[in-house]
Amino acid sequence: MSRRVLVVDDSASVRRLIVGTLRMAGFDPVEAGDGEEALAKARETMPSAVITDQNMPRLTGIEFIRAFRQMPGSAGVPVIFLSTENADAVKQQARAAGAIGWMTKPFDDQKLLGVVKKVLG
Amino acid sequence: MANGNDLLDTFYQECEDLLVAMDEGLRELSEGESDPETINAIFRAVHSIKGGAGAFDLTELVRFSHRFETLLDELRAGRMTAEEDLIEVLQFSGDHLGDLVTAARNGEESDTEATERNLGLINKFLGPEKSSDEEVEIEFEPVSFDFDLGLATGGAGRHAITFRPTRDVYQLGHEPFRILRELAELGTLEVTLDASEVPTLDDLDPEENYLSWSILLETESSDQAIQEVFEFVDGLCTLEIRPEGDAAEGAALDTTPFDLAAGSGVSAATTVEPVPAPVEVAAAPEAPVVSEPTGSEPAPPPAAAEAAQAADARDKQGKQKAKGSNASIRVDLERVDKLVNVVGELVIHQAMLFQALENMRLSSGSELATGLDELSQLSREIQESVMAIRAQQIKPLFQRMFRIVREAGAATGKKAVLETAGEMTEVDTAVIEKLADPLTHMIRNAVDHGLEAPDKRVQIGKAETGTIRLSAAHRSGRVAITIADDGAGINRPKVKSIAIEKGLIPADADLTDAEIDNLLFLPGFSTASEVSALSGRGVGMDVVKNAIQSLGGRVTISSRPNEGTSFLVSLPLTLAVLDGMVVEVAGHPMVIPITAIVETLKPPKQDFHGLDSSDWVLSVRGTYVPVVDVGAALGFRTAKDDPTNSVVIIIEDEESSRTALLVDGIQDQRQVVIKSLEENYGHIDGVAAATVFGDGRVALILDPSSLVEQISRVGDPSNGTRIAMEERHAATA
Repeated sequence: MSRRVLVVDDSASVRRLIVGTLRMAGFDPVEAGDGEEALAKARETMPSAVITDQNMPRLTGIEFIRAFRQMPGSAGVPVIFLSTENADAVKQQARAAGAIGWMTKPFDDQKLLGVVKKVLG
Repeated sequence: MANGNDLLDTFYQECEDLLVAMDEGLRELSEGESDPETINAIFRAVHSIKGGAGAFDLTELVRFSHRFETLLDELRAGRMTAEEDLIEVLQFSGDHLGDLVTAARNGEESDTEATERNLGLINKFLGPEKSSDEEVEIEFEPVSFDFDLGLATGGAGRHAITFRPTRDVYQLGHEPFRILRELAELGTLEVTLDASEVPTLDDLDPEENYLSWSILLETESSDQAIQEVFEFVDGLCTLEIRPEGDAAEGAALDTTPFDLAAGSGVSAATTVEPVPAPVEVAAAPEAPVVSEPTGSEPAPPPAAAEAAQAADARDKQGKQKAKGSNASIRVDLERVDKLVNVVGELVIHQAMLFQALENMRLSSGSELATGLDELSQLSREIQESVMAIRAQQIKPLFQRMFRIVREAGAATGKKAVLETAGEMTEVDTAVIEKLADPLTHMIRNAVDHGLEAPDKRVQIGKAETGTIRLSAAHRSGRVAITIADDGAGINRPKVKSIAIEKGLIPADADLTDAEIDNLLFLPGFSTASEVSALSGRGVGMDVVKNAIQSLGGRVTISSRPNEGTSFLVSLPLTLAVLDGMVVEVAGHPMVIPITAIVETLKPPKQDFHGLDSSDWVLSVRGTYVPVVDVGAALGFRTAKDDPTNSVVIIIEDEESSRTALLVDGIQDQRQVVIKSLEENYGHIDGVAAATVFGDGRVALILDPSSLVEQISRVGDPSNGTRIAMEERHAATA
C-alpha cells in the first residue's frame, strides 16, 4: 500500500512539522497550502491518507473534505482533520463532511504518528 | 522535532504576515469597519499565531494570544460590540502580541509585566481568567489529542467488547482490522469473528461491511484508553464495552458517549441497525447511533453551531480578501541576494564581451554580434525578473506606522490618525528594511513637533484630531514617499533663531524659507524647546537624512504655516542595477540615470543667458532652465566660458523641476551595476554610487537632483565637492 499522505495546511511551519515527522517515519508526504491545491494534488495522484487543517484560505478544511469526497477513488481514503479549536460542533461537521477523525493542534510527533498509523496502518 | 530552528524561522515569518493582517484588520475596525469579515480576519491571525506558538512551546505567547483570541471571539459572536474602549484594548493587545513575537524571535525575555497589564485590560471585558480557560491552556501543551470522553478512569482487568461497525464503515477509510490491532497493543486479545451477516455472493457489496467482532481484552489500560481506540468510529458502529464479571463498572460505562443509545443501556445498543451513510448519521438527530456530546461538555446550542458555520464561511471570505489567490513561495533573502549579485556580474561580463567584440571590429550583422544581442536581451529579462523577486510591497512597513502614531499620540497627548496611500507600491526589500528607522522617526516627529495640541487645534478651527498622511508612489523611476501632517507648519523665525543660537548659521544670514526649512537637517539641530521624551532621543533629522542618503535617496521638506509640513523621501527602485547614460565629463566617464533624463540637446550659444557658467540659464522652447556645469560642479575643472562644444542633458526631479546638465559628450546608453560608494568610500554630494564598466573603468553614477541641490545651496560650486573629489582621488590613487 502506498504511503502517500497529503498534508494540507496554509501554515508552512505546521505543514513542514507534519511532513518532517511523516517522512522520518517512512511515509511519503505531499504538501498543499490550501484546499484547492490539495484537490489538484489529489487529482494527480490519489493519496492513501489526508491530513487537513480547517482554517485555510480559498477552501476551508471542511469544504475541502466535502469536495474531496466527491472525487472518484476517494472513498476509503482516511482524512484526518486538524483543528486548534476543541469545538465539538466543528469536529462533527468535519465528520459529516467525510473526515475519519481529528487531531487537536498542537500535537507532538508521537501523537501524529499514532493517529496516522491508526488510520493507515 | 526535526530541524526545529528552521521550522521556527518559518513560524516567525508566518507571524510577520499574520501580524500585518491583524494590524490591518484592527485598523479597519478602528475606522468603523466592524463587519464580520474584518473581525474574522483579525481573529484568524491571532488564532494562527496561537496555534503555531503552541507547537513551539512559547507559553507566554500562547497564554496571551489565547485571551486575546477569546476577546475577539466574543466580538465575533456578537456578544460584544466594537466600542471605542474595546477597540483600544484590541489595539494595545495587537501591539503587545507583536512585541511578544519579536521577543520570542530574538530570544529575549518578554515583558511579563506588560503581558499582565494587557491581560488585565482584556479581563475588564472578559472577567477574570476562569479555570476552564486554564484547561484550554493545558490543551496547548504539545500533547493533546483531546476528546472529551467524560469517562471515569481505572478499570484494569478483563473487558468484554462487542464491536459491530456499520455497513458503510469503509466509506471514510476506516478499517476495523486496524482498530483490532491497536486494541491488541493494550493487552491480550481474544477475538471472535461474527460473519453471520455476510450475504450470499450475489447480494454481497464488496465495499460494505458485514462483519462484527466479540473481543475479550485483558489489559492494565484505563477505560479511557480503550475508548480512545474506538474514537474515530464513534457513531459508525455499535459498541459495547463491559468489564467482565463486574456489573457495577458496566453500569458506569453506560453513560459514556460510546454508549450508543445514550442512557438506555446495552440492549438498545445491540439492536441498532446500521444506517446508510455516515454523513447523514452524524447529522440526523433521530439516528440513535449518534452519540451526542455528553458529560462535562454540553452540546452547543444550534444557534452556536450555526454561528460557527457562518463564521467558517466568513472566515473563508475574509481570507480570500486578505490573501488573494496568488500562490507564493518563501525564499531566503540570502539566496535572492546571491542571485542578484551573480546577475550583476553577468551584466558586467556581458559588457566586457561587447567591448571585446567592438575591439575585433566585426560587422554588426555577424552571427556573434546577433547572438550577443540576444544574450543581452535575455540577461536583461533575467535581471528584471530577479529584481521583481526582491520587490516587496511597502505595506508591512506602512502598517507598522499606525502603531507609531498611536504611541506617539499617547505619549505627547496629541490626537492623531494616520492615513496611508499607495501601500501596494513595490520597493526593493533592502530599501524597505533600511527605511524602517528613518520613517519611524519622521512619523514620530510629525506627531510630536508637527501637530498642535488638541485644544490648540480646536481653537484655530481645525479638527481636534490631526492627520498624518503617509503615501508611496513610483515617480520618475524612483519611489517617492511622502510624510505630511496638517499641523502648524515649521515655525521659521524660531528655527532660524535656534540655528543662530547654536552657531549653525551666522546671525546676519539672509535665508529663504526653503533654506530655513532645510536647517532642520543640520547635525545637532533640535526644535523642541525642551527635549521631549518621544522625539528627543538624540536622533535628529540629520540622522534621518543620512540614513536615506545611504540608500541612494533624498529627503526634501516643504512647509506652509498653519497647513502643515511634508517630507518627500525619494528612493531608488533598486539598489542593484540602473539604466544609465554614459557621458563624458572632463575626460571621465559618468553615468546619469536614464529615469532622470527628459531630453538631450545641443543648443546654440545664444540660448544660454547669463554672465558666466555659474549663473547660466538655458532657454528651452521659451522656458528658462538653470544650467549646471557638471565638470565644474564636481571640481574637475573650472567653469566653461563657452558651452558650444558641450551637450546639454535636461533632467527632471521628483518635484518636476528641470535642470540642464552641461557635459562634454555622450558616449553610450547601458545598464550598469551599482556599487555602493557609501560602503566602500563615503558619501559624496551629487554622486549616488559608482560602477565598473566592461573594460574595467570605474565610473561615478551621478545623483542629478542632489548635484543640483548642492549647487544651489553652496552657490559656489567649486568648494565642498571638490575637496571630496580630491579625497577620492587620493583614496583611489
